[in-house]
Amino acid sequence: MMSTNLRKLGLSLAAPVLALLVAFMVTSIVLLLAGDPVVEVWTQLLTVPRPRLVVAIINGASVYYLSAVAVAIGFRMNLFNIGVDGQYRVAAFAAAVFAGQGWLPGPLNIFVSLLIAVVAGGLWAGIAGWLRVSRGVSEVISTIMLNAIATGLVSYLLFKVADSTAGSNVTNTKILPTSSRVPGFGLIPGTPNKIYGFILLSVLVGLAYWVVLNKTRFGYDLRATGRSESAAVASGVNVKRMVLTAMLLSGAVAGLVGMPLLFGQDFSYGTTFQPGLGFTGIAIALLGRNNPVGIAFGALLWSYLEQQSNGLQINVGVSSELVFIIQGVIVLAVVIAYEVVRRAGLRMEQRNVARQLSDQPGSSTPRGAVA
Amino acid sequence: MSTAGLKVGTKVITGAVRKPRLTPARIALMVVVAVFLIAVLRLVTGANDLASSGALAAAIGLAVPIGLAGLGGLWSERAGVVNIGLEGMMILGTWGAGYFGYHYGPWAGLLGAAFCGMVGGAIHAIATVTFGVDHIVSGVAINIIGLGAAKYLAARTFTGTPGGGPTQSPALQPLPSVSFPGVSSALGTLEQKQIFFVSDLAGVLRSLVTNLSVVTLIALALVLLTWWVLWRTTFGLRLRSCGESPVAAETLGVNVYRYKFIAVLVSGAMAGLGGGYLALVAANIYRDGQTGGRGFIGLAAMIFGNWRPGGLVGGAALFGYTDAIQLRGGGGTVHAMLLLLAVVLIAIGLWQLLRSHRVIQGSIAIAVGAIVAGWFFVTETVPDEFTGMTPYVATLLVLALSSQRLRMPAADGLPYRKGEGG
Repeated sequence: MMSTNLRKLGLSLAAPVLALLVAFMVTSIVLLLAGDPVVEVWTQLLTVPRPRLVVAIINGASVYYLSAVAVAIGFRMNLFNIGVDGQYRVAAFAAAVFAGQGWLPGPLNIFVSLLIAVVAGGLWAGIAGWLRVSRGVSEVISTIMLNAIATGLVSYLLFKVADSTAGSNVTNTKILPTSSRVPGFGLIPGTPNKIYGFILLSVLVGLAYWVVLNKTRFGYDLRATGRSESAAVASGVNVKRMVLTAMLLSGAVAGLVGMPLLFGQDFSYGTTFQPGLGFTGIAIALLGRNNPVGIAFGALLWSYLEQQSNGLQINVGVSSELVFIIQGVIVLAVVIAYEVVRRAGLRMEQRNVARQLSDQPGSSTPRGAVA
Repeated sequence: MSTAGLKVGTKVITGAVRKPRLTPARIALMVVVAVFLIAVLRLVTGANDLASSGALAAAIGLAVPIGLAGLGGLWSERAGVVNIGLEGMMILGTWGAGYFGYHYGPWAGLLGAAFCGMVGGAIHAIATVTFGVDHIVSGVAINIIGLGAAKYLAARTFTGTPGGGPTQSPALQPLPSVSFPGVSSALGTLEQKQIFFVSDLAGVLRSLVTNLSVVTLIALALVLLTWWVLWRTTFGLRLRSCGESPVAAETLGVNVYRYKFIAVLVSGAMAGLGGGYLALVAANIYRDGQTGGRGFIGLAAMIFGNWRPGGLVGGAALFGYTDAIQLRGGGGTVHAMLLLLAVVLIAIGLWQLLRSHRVIQGSIAIAVGAIVAGWFFVTETVPDEFTGMTPYVATLLVLALSSQRLRMPAADGLPYRKGEGG
């Protein structure tokens, strides 16, 4: 029915809007309680960003997007891959070590490095997948442990292979040869800064995610397993194999997270490589409801808030850590809002059915229709 | 008599599960055996810091916050709410300890820490219990909020204070600590003599009676109190029933929402106290990033301890000990532990091969044990990065080897709506 569809659309749009409003209000209350200037903070956060910042926002979002898709693959079948954080660091390190050697000519070097990153990320996630399938260990706990182990392992290996530059206390792998760097796009006028060439990688991964999930048998099985494991088993899905495959895929995409940074900005893996991208991915996947387009909006919003908050300290005198509060509240508000809206929708449907049943002749008291 | 009948009944059940109960005598025996093993290890490898009272005191210091976080996890998970927001609640606790401790004295700081942790718990409870949001999702959000709120509030409240700044508080007044002077010094002389086993035992006992912070004692009391409340009172039985089968509890007239809410609030307060310990006792100052993932380790300690207070203390002690040894002796001492690990692994492997006829598991254990032994004999020390990984690897190994024996509350992490059961 047309009207129900419209209402459904309205409901699904209502949730994010509601969540943003709640986040706005909660943050304002926090600011008021702490005695910080509310209006100035919001003016700073909501001004039109300068071209330099626009580039930074898009670049940041392209990295977050990959991380969120990696998390979302797991989410679609009720797997919590908290370990994207460890997976992308292991993968970026492995790829950086290989690419830095420059054994292969330019583009081939990039391609093989990407493969190495995918395999490394996949294998690291595969440990958690294997533990879940064969030993029944919850992937939430094992990936948290693996994150910490990855931190230790990578920092140990980093000091082993470090390219010691005299007079610098930054430790990093060998710098990529110039032929293996991915050039950026100068799309935004008014700034010399360029958008990562590997934004194409994010777009490709997003497309692949959508196609595999919605247009293939595998994707169907994956979603079915996430919705109802027993139903999936009944239709012949090997759940154990699905869990392992989903974990490997999630890890493989996680392996790509660091690539735009490695080939477009840092050109090596070192102690200054951006940390915490995996946790950001979790939040953005939740914001975007695991939908490829939704995640893109979530990533842009996240990156926008982050870049805009950088000016808070200088311009308004408010700690830029405020942005974490806003981001956390948005995540919480979004999931709560979806839950509330879902229940409201359910109630509306139930009432509809009840009305239709009672309109039918001969059944004045519908049984079990009203909850 | 009915009581006798009941007792017989319980015995039968424990026999059926084939899991020996941890009686105090058994725990004491295990501790003595552990000390004996460490004494042998010390003699063989010459790593004298293995059982020094200094190392053990450091271990206690590191175990307390982990144990408190784990206790927080225990409360909420026993009521069926998974809490990976412990880290965030702990961070809130560190700020609470800093702020209230600076303005109103250390005891107020301790209360403030518990209160701030409880605020985190309240958010988690509202999200998961009232709105039925996925527990992990809410926990992730709370970790983000806790980190941001503490940093933001620290910058707001500590900037410009004497000795403080945007990322740290001024020095805080210390809380009193307790020791038993006579016993402590006598044990100290005994420890100095380096007699096999006796000195090691003296070292352990000495660390337990010397310079204990009151917060450590409070933490111990909280463990006992938790055990008593959850396993010996009607309230506790009802609370745990919410974690095992909320629908069944509902049919018996238990207000499941209320119990879950209380459990998560207590959980937050405990985690907050853990943060308070870090700020007030361990560092005497609030600092950004003080928790360093201890909330997660606390969660691991609780799982390691099979969702029971006694096991949780064991897990926290183990993690605290490995952490302390790493901080003090560094690679050399952990290197000595490798030998122990190798022997234990090979012993487990042999046992599984010969007694349980599990060929694959036994062979794997022996092979890994042999590799570890080889590592011990080939190298001189273990790199710092690896010693830092010890608690996590230990948790992973324990989970991998014994996950079938661990049993979490049956309805842990499942959504529950009133009146929608069955």
